[in-house]
Amino acid sequence: MSELNRNPLIDWLLRLYVLASFAFIFAPIAASFVFSLNEDRFPSLPLGGFSTQWYEAVATDPLVWEGLSNTLTIGVIVSLVATALGFGAAYTDYRYRFFGKTVYLALALLPPTIPVIILGLAMLAFLSRVGLSGQSLSVIVAHVVMTAPFAMAIIRLRLSQMDPDLEAAAWNLGASEWAAMRHVILPFARPAILAALFITMAVSFDEFAVAWFVSGLNETLPVRVLGFLQGQVSPRINAIGTFVFLTSMTLVILAQLVLMRRPKEGNPDG
Amino acid sequence: MGDRPLVEFDHVTKRFGDMAAVEDLNLTIAKGEFLAIMGSSGCGKTTTLRMLAGLEAPSEGEIRLQGARINDLPSWRRDTPMVWQSLALFPFLNVRENVEFSLRMRGIGGAERRRRAADWLDRLQIGELAERNIAHLSGGQRQRVALARSLVTEPEILLLDEPLSALDAHLKVRMQSVLADLQRQLGITFVYVTHSQSEAFSMADRVVIMSRGRIEQIGAPREIYRTPRTRFVAEFLGSSNIFAGTLVDAIGDGAQVDTPSGRLRLATSPEGFATGDAVVIAVPGDRIELTATLPDAGDNAIEATVMGEEFVGATATVYLEAADGTEMRAQKSHADLEKIDIRTGQKLFVGWRPEHAHVLPPA
Ligand SMILES: Nc1ncnc2c1ncn2[C@@H]1O[C@H](COP(=O)(O)OP(=O)(O)O)[C@@H](O)[C@H]1O
Ligand SMILES: [Mg+2]
Repeated sequence: MSELNRNPLIDWLLRLYVLASFAFIFAPIAASFVFSLNEDRFPSLPLGGFSTQWYEAVATDPLVWEGLSNTLTIGVIVSLVATALGFGAAYTDYRYRFFGKTVYLALALLPPTIPVIILGLAMLAFLSRVGLSGQSLSVIVAHVVMTAPFAMAIIRLRLSQMDPDLEAAAWNLGASEWAAMRHVILPFARPAILAALFITMAVSFDEFAVAWFVSGLNETLPVRVLGFLQGQVSPRINAIGTFVFLTSMTLVILAQLVLMRRPKEGNPDG
Repeated sequence: MGDRPLVEFDHVTKRFGDMAAVEDLNLTIAKGEFLAIMGSSGCGKTTTLRMLAGLEAPSEGEIRLQGARINDLPSWRRDTPMVWQSLALFPFLNVRENVEFSLRMRGIGGAERRRRAADWLDRLQIGELAERNIAHLSGGQRQRVALARSLVTEPEILLLDEPLSALDAHLKVRMQSVLADLQRQLGITFVYVTHSQSEAFSMADRVVIMSRGRIEQIGAPREIYRTPRTRFVAEFLGSSNIFAGTLVDAIGDGAQVDTPSGRLRLATSPEGFATGDAVVIAVPGDRIELTATLPDAGDNAIEATVMGEEFVGATATVYLEAADGTEMRAQKSHADLEKIDIRTGQKLFVGWRPEHAHVLPPA
């Protein structure tokens, strides 16, 4: 934008607005972080002394470890399956024109727009009917349904930036359709595929409502948190919350980094 | 040439939905020939090339490569590499890996691949760029990478789809001579698609002019330039003056044509026409004489007003308009023009010898 046409007042208001938005979003998280390191039993000001006792309490709770292990296992499987499905859907959209494609796309992108309560109930009803409710597998199925559209959106965006002649050029140079997929489409989409892996894992990691509906005895970490809340209010929740927040943020930031990386000189793994 | 053609298009039609992108195409391409396919945007040039490369299947007709039908042969089983308008280099591979790609797809081992890729990079004078990323190359360098990538399998035929259209004028001329030299040294067939008349006419052995999915004319560059077969070709090349009229006095040698600009003389009576038929005459712009006074009695002459001039290198094109509104043009050297001192609005005689006029064949 040209420096000439900038109104300093609008500039300042915009800056203030952005700042206020961030404060609004991050204040509760920051508060949670601060109280997780506070020795007091109840969150109140002024703060008591610094303490890592709540982290210790969390770390020694076997139920938390079980929840974490469930969450991580589920997260990894969900991200792999959702990214594979998302890639398939995005590639289908990129490569083929067919009757009803708009409907196909709308359906593929639909799940995130459905309120999670409804999705959770529907999942519960469906999974119990097919005899899958109350298992880790049911959380995986539910999370794949919820996260695959994100994977598809990210990979689809990347494929749309691809020179439409690139795949045909590979065929023209002797690559069969499989070879072109392996040597051209996948390498081109690699940043988006990595980003999709991170994002879907982050969403699965955070997701509570649907997991709560379908998880049964195999609780994920967010579901465990609800357990804590129902028992008694404990600063342990702040400790877990901080941990979950940092993990998710790390995954999202990793996703951003792989998407923004510039091409480097040379290519050692060619 | 004698032996059988390398490529044959036999009544080939390609339809997208209801629209025929290429219609009833008949074309043979000889071994070692430099063939240019020319026409305005959307006339079906790329579709023709893509059918040859196996990227589109013909709706009707047959395409043969070395006598064998290839309609249903997948692209990766043909050795018909293409240089793309967009170049379509692989951005995640470096220069060497791009060039090695087709060798790798054919299962050729690493050492052999490297040697052959290095060979071609040197040949195109970009050997020192081998480990560079594609994103860090200039337009001309990318062009050379694309050429090396297509030629590394030493194919029998190379397809080029407007390969120079993204380059600036200077580079265009340089690459044009690189291409022409390459084709001569390798002796392989080039099928070169372009909408640029100067590219097609300066490099090709034969030129195909297409319009709306059909071939308008095939011939050597000079032949097409001098004797356009259709009004479309004459107008498309923009080199000829077109006069439409009615044939009168088609008796013995010579004939006359009545046109809105006046009565014009032909050296011979045109074949296939009778008195009273409508005819179209083309007169090449460089056959036109511009004079201030009425020329010799035997020549044709039309009085016209100078509308403007355009300079391209050593020649100039003078645009004129007859009293009835017919537009005409003359290509002259600067030396010629100095003799008559052209000014816009000036009245001149546009003249030519009857034998330089060419009657377009009946439609
Ligand atoms: N895949 C396609 N689907 C539909 N129409 C197409 C397709 N490819 C080309 N066409 C149409 O066919 C015609 C010829 O296109 P093309 O061969 O690309 O022309 P050129 O290369 O001479 O500019 C155009 O009208 C174009 O819109
Ligand atoms: Mg084209």
